[in-house]
Amino acid sequence: MTEYSYDPKQVALLSPDSLAVAVVQAHAAFATAADLDVLAAVRGAHVGERAPLNQARRELGALPPQARADAGRRVNAARAEIAQAYERRLDELTAERDQRVLRDELVDVTLPWDRRPRGARHPLTLIADRIADVFVGMGYEVAEGPEVEAEWLNFDALNIGPDHPTRSLMDTFFLDPPESRLVLRTHTSPVQARTMLARTPPIYVICPGRTYRTDELDATHTPVFGQVEGLVVDRGITMAHLKGTLDHFSRTMFGPKARTRWRPSYFPFTEPSAEFDVWFAEHRDGPRWAEWGGCGMVNPRVLVACGIDPSEYSGFAFGMGLERTLQIRHGVSDIRDVVEGDVRFTRAFGMEL
Amino acid sequence: MRVALSWLAEFVDLPDPVTTEQIDAAFVRMGLEVEEIATVGADVHGPLVIGAVLEIEELTGFKKPIRFCQVRVGPEQIRGIVCGATNFVVGDHVVVAMPGAVLPGGFEIAARTTYGHVSDGMICSARELDLGADATGILVLPADSRVGADGVAVLGLNDMVVELAITPDRGYCLSIRGLARELALGLRVAFRDPAAAIVPLRDGPPPYDVRVEDTVGCDRFVAAVVDGIDPSRPSPLWMTRRLATAGVRSISLAVDVTNYVMLELGQPMHAFDRDRIQGPIVVRRAAAGERVRTLDGVERTADPEDLLLTDDSGPIGLAAVMGGLSTEVVDSTRAVLLEAAHWDPVTVARSARRHRLVSEASKRFERGVDPEMTRVAVARAAALLVEYGGGRALAGVLDLDHRVPGRPIQLDAELPAQVAGVQYPPESVVAALTDIGCAVEGSTSLAVLPPPWRPDLTDPADLCEEVTRVDGYDAVPSILPLAPAGRGLTAGQRRRRSIGRALAEAGYVEAPAYPFLDPGIFDVFGLGDEDPRRRAVRLANPVSEQEPAMRTTLLPGLLKTLARNHSRGQRDVALFELGLVFLGGDQPPPPSLGVDRRPDEAETSALLASVPPQPWHVAVALTGQRQPAGWWGSGETSTWGDAVEAARIVGATAGVQLSVRAGQHPPWHPGRCAELVVADRVVGRAGELHPGVLSALELPRGVCAMELDLDALPAAGVVPAPTISAFPPALVDVALVVPLGVPATDVTQALSDGAGEWLETVRLFDVFTGIQVGEGRRSLAFALSFRAPDRTLTTAEVTAARDAAVAEARRRTGAELRG
Repeated sequence: MTEYSYDPKQVALLSPDSLAVAVVQAHAAFATAADLDVLAAVRGAHVGERAPLNQARRELGALPPQARADAGRRVNAARAEIAQAYERRLDELTAERDQRVLRDELVDVTLPWDRRPRGARHPLTLIADRIADVFVGMGYEVAEGPEVEAEWLNFDALNIGPDHPTRSLMDTFFLDPPESRLVLRTHTSPVQARTMLARTPPIYVICPGRTYRTDELDATHTPVFGQVEGLVVDRGITMAHLKGTLDHFSRTMFGPKARTRWRPSYFPFTEPSAEFDVWFAEHRDGPRWAEWGGCGMVNPRVLVACGIDPSEYSGFAFGMGLERTLQIRHGVSDIRDVVEGDVRFTRAFGMEL
Repeated sequence: MRVALSWLAEFVDLPDPVTTEQIDAAFVRMGLEVEEIATVGADVHGPLVIGAVLEIEELTGFKKPIRFCQVRVGPEQIRGIVCGATNFVVGDHVVVAMPGAVLPGGFEIAARTTYGHVSDGMICSARELDLGADATGILVLPADSRVGADGVAVLGLNDMVVELAITPDRGYCLSIRGLARELALGLRVAFRDPAAAIVPLRDGPPPYDVRVEDTVGCDRFVAAVVDGIDPSRPSPLWMTRRLATAGVRSISLAVDVTNYVMLELGQPMHAFDRDRIQGPIVVRRAAAGERVRTLDGVERTADPEDLLLTDDSGPIGLAAVMGGLSTEVVDSTRAVLLEAAHWDPVTVARSARRHRLVSEASKRFERGVDPEMTRVAVARAAALLVEYGGGRALAGVLDLDHRVPGRPIQLDAELPAQVAGVQYPPESVVAALTDIGCAVEGSTSLAVLPPPWRPDLTDPADLCEEVTRVDGYDAVPSILPLAPAGRGLTAGQRRRRSIGRALAEAGYVEAPAYPFLDPGIFDVFGLGDEDPRRRAVRLANPVSEQEPAMRTTLLPGLLKTLARNHSRGQRDVALFELGLVFLGGDQPPPPSLGVDRRPDEAETSALLASVPPQPWHVAVALTGQRQPAGWWGSGETSTWGDAVEAARIVGATAGVQLSVRAGQHPPWHPGRCAELVVADRVVGRAGELHPGVLSALELPRGVCAMELDLDALPAAGVVPAPTISAFPPALVDVALVVPLGVPATDVTQALSDGAGEWLETVRLFDVFTGIQVGEGRRSLAFALSFRAPDRTLTTAEVTAARDAAVAEARRRTGAELRG
């Protein structure tokens, strides 16, 4: 027989009744722990190595096998229950603590945080970029040219000869000396001529840019203004293609209900020529037709001067003022606001139109 | 062109009634821009009658002259009317607004007592009747106006007046004849040519001796004489009313008749006092220095290119532009020589421009006049002078006709359809061209002779427009063409967009300024005489004499915008501009080029080389607080560093390595100006502006700015992807003491170069001056981060690398490790 030697006092703790008491006491201690600090303080009495239950467990080996197995099961069950009770309470108190911390971290989120002043791009740039994007999406390329321009490109190549009435009507800035034969371009159309001289059809380009006429600045005139011009030269191009392009363009700028209406007009570099209005349903003053720009079929004389055979190719061109487009679309009533660079005006438009 | 609809109605079968909307739509459909349609006297409501003044009693004792008049307004009806005007006499015919009438402005007329008399109506001025601005006196009518007649009818009130803008290609629309034709086409109703109704002049011996020496400049000259005119006979009211509507002042019957015929037929005319002409009239080019005094009283020196009418006394008119003073019709004129000629448009345009004299005549001749109308107009004017002046037309007409017959335009009947994208059957092409006055032969291959009033029709394309115009532009369908695949934006275009966006995101507001420049700003800036920015391109006709040049730098415009914002109460402003500058130089003049063919390669290069270089620049300017103070604490004032940072933003956005070094460049502060360098080339400057410049420009002290030549930035290459090490970095701080004059960037560069391959970043995080580091020295603290691609670096390796970096800094800059 094996001799068993054990501490009777400890072993007493292994009795079912004692275990039940230990469990009850642990529950009570955990439940009354009001915060994590108290819980940590009482933990040792019930869960840690020095807890009476664990002390008693060391005596298990001294028990006879049958008693040992029974006591072992009882002790483990009691320990598991206490451990679970502890974890539960720990979770509860941790959650409470976390909630309290979040409550304490409350701020007034309505306080202003405008520490980094916002900049903005100018609405004329934005609208020019937007127009360019529409046409680039259709396969067009963006063509550019200088603002001080050769007279031949600004006038002669575009069928505006030296004695053409249009030439004196265009209120041109001329450069000194006269022999330089330079002007500030009166329209973006010299870019047409440059494009046709530089490349061969098919040509699909859009040319936004600054242009100049000798007007005094007032609410409706400015000597420096923006234009955008489109040019297409390809085989079999007709006025119907021009209309289709303008209708599409007007929808991208003025919404799905937009369309254009043409009036016969005269430009030396296009024949036939038209001025066109756009139907704008969201106009500030109610749905209406607004005068938008000019267009026409490239005059065969212009094609000849730029080395393109008019019996093989035809083309169309159109143009409109960027300020005009802003006026219609955004209800700008005084052009000086567009010109003067007041940051309050420009900031209103932000980064996209 | 401003015309009364009643005049047009004589030649167009207008619908009855016709609305302003119909008239507007018809003109617009034909390409005539309607500026305004108004109804004259729409606010005048009856009874308005013609009266004759029987008696005038001058009332005294008032502050101004007051008259009490007896006016006969009907066979048995005489009214007493008080009137404050004095420009009429007993016997004059006037317009009387009877009690019950309402005049414009809701002015109700009633019998009332004033100045001690009962005024039983009102004698009206032109302005009171909405007939013009003349309020100087009451409207005195011609003596033949019938007493008691309805004033509304006599004065043509309630007539529609149409104001049209005429494009330069449609000179013929500067006439009732042309407008009536277009209106009829627009309304699709019948048109009667006013010229057809005029009785031609009888042939006979020329009534005056005229010689045309330059038959190219003047290819037709027609004249007739009416004598025995009663100079006291006035112009009929209907005529002066129509002239007034068109903005032409009534002068005398003879002059009014020539103006009336010009408006009706489009043919400018001149009336000479025959008896003041000395000897035969000769039409010729001017001799150098010849002088002519024109009707406006100005003595002008003619150019040898000008065409003159002359007599034995010398020039008597600047042909096609303005008549001369010496032979003008005067109060005593009894015999009038009526002249109508056809002149070369280019000669007229040049003369008008040369003498800065745009007249009703030159405007029409420059745009093209129907040469057929010369003879018709003279006949019409003679008939009017006979009828209203009591004159007698001399038998015979002078007609020197040197016209070259026009050549028909060959037109493929398919072409209009090909241009418009609309199916026009050949017969409708022929019909449309016939409608506008062309003579058309053939059915598929057409020979089209344009009418003489359409010199603008020269090419098949012009005829295509006419076909589409007559058929209606609204019939053109809408088809979107498919462009071939494009290349998208160019690298330069994308770069400019990205830079604009990056600067806006960094807080700058884009502010494109006018590029006009006052070169005086460069003295304010303190530029040297040879500074290339002074070489500005100049304008011959600037908007303002103050700004006669084009900018060579963006700063003047940007600072002006900054000042404007500042003066409007914006204290914290950051602006940027992306734009062209214009570099003056010695561009060769362009070659002389025609337009009948493409310029060849050499011509094209010479042409492009004549245009001055115009690079893109970007600039910023800022003042006030970069970050505002707020509840979070104090703000940050903008400094030179913000301007340099703006340049770095531009560089980073453009994918270009910008380095910075100290420089001196007005208008920057000499000690706070950074040169921006790319590959040893200075591409711009940034820093604080010179306080003297700022005070001269009335800007606050401390304004900072940056300007950079975008075109000087090289294209960004394809970026090779970096290898990213996942091993931990070793972080080391070093503080180096250097003499004050050593630029931080030199120390940074030395550390970077000396630290070896494992150096990942070097960042200056503190600058310190004080007694601890010694006089004339400062301490720069750097954070170095080392990392190897394949392992964790050992402490020994990191220390060795740090020591190597410090040693290199010491070697190059004398830096000492601070203890």
